[in-house]
Amino acid sequence: MVELALPKNSRVGTGKTHPKPEGATNTKAFNVYRWSPDDGENPAIDTYHVDLDDCGPMILDGLIKIKNEIDPTLTFRRSCREGICGSCAMNINGTNTLACTKGMDEVDGDVNIYPLPHQPVVKDLVPDLTNFYAQYASIKPWMQTQTPPPPDRERLQSKEDRAKLDGLYECILCACCSTSCPSYWWNSDRFLGPAVLLQAYRWLADSRDENTGERLDELEDPFRLYRCHTIMNCANTCPKGLNPAKAIAEIKKMMLERR
Amino acid sequence: MANIERPLSPHLQIYKPQITMVTSITHRITGVALAGGTLLLAWWLIAAAAGPESYETVNAFMSSWFGRLVLFGFTWALFFHLCNGIRHLFWDAGKGFELPAMRKSGIVAIVMSVVLTLLTWVIAYGMGG
Repeated sequence: MVELALPKNSRVGTGKTHPKPEGATNTKAFNVYRWSPDDGENPAIDTYHVDLDDCGPMILDGLIKIKNEIDPTLTFRRSCREGICGSCAMNINGTNTLACTKGMDEVDGDVNIYPLPHQPVVKDLVPDLTNFYAQYASIKPWMQTQTPPPPDRERLQSKEDRAKLDGLYECILCACCSTSCPSYWWNSDRFLGPAVLLQAYRWLADSRDENTGERLDELEDPFRLYRCHTIMNCANTCPKGLNPAKAIAEIKKMMLERR
Repeated sequence: MANIERPLSPHLQIYKPQITMVTSITHRITGVALAGGTLLLAWWLIAAAAGPESYETVNAFMSSWFGRLVLFGFTWALFFHLCNGIRHLFWDAGKGFELPAMRKSGIVAIVMSVVLTLLTWVIAYGMGG
């Protein structure tokens, strides 16, 4: 359902402004979305000032510095800090990306940080991605075969067939693309969204997978696949430079070709 | 945890508008506008069939500044929907998905829709308003 405005309990107010660190001359303001399940308040934006002369180069470094030195209650997910785990996906100055690969110098002026858009908030920058993961499971993201494997070796693939997976296998399931997609905002109960559809295509394009027909049957649905209207926010925002919209177009082509 | 009413994180309010996103929603809005414009066209045809008096009424409306404004909007909606529709045809064939191509084709669609609209009106006025 299209609901342009936020529900009442989700409207964002103004929060606390923490003072600038003493003696710092080169600071950057971080305006961060805060919400805690414990106090019954609406979400609010807190402002922190980070001393850039005493901080790592990435937005995630700034967040970690805030948590360590200014406000230990600030909550966010992070793990690998090198763009491979997908944990620190969030909305930074209007687009979704990984805080660990987004440089401070890429952001002019203040840094505005929100959780991934249109998701239930667990706390602060932590969204509840249960639905996203359930949708991922629904496409059966593993190799399915009918024939027995060769007795003496693994299932092999030609270099050309392997090359078809480039641009697909690199996806880290950070959910930046799906939560950037207006179609997914309005229809995430039925539309699978760009990340999961890119994964679906990853298995459709795999020469070793033998369940192509059934996979396509599962996707043949006005909502699951065809809510993609090529809005392109997914490809514009992907921190790994992948193109889910292109993968979705390839699935639509496969649908036509098998008729 | 299940009993807590969780807020929904901001979406449209905070997301940065981009050319691909803007042309997409404009495509939809112009599509709706075209349905309205078609009603206008039908009104004009019915009036023409009904006789000189009713035709005169419609003509008076169409010639007023407001009528002209609506017709101008209708013309632009038609051309934008047409130009952007051509982009959609390429996408359906799996072509033009690279980001630079996407941005370029978006700009071309916007510019062409404006050029074609102005051209149509210049010609129409040139032929006698």
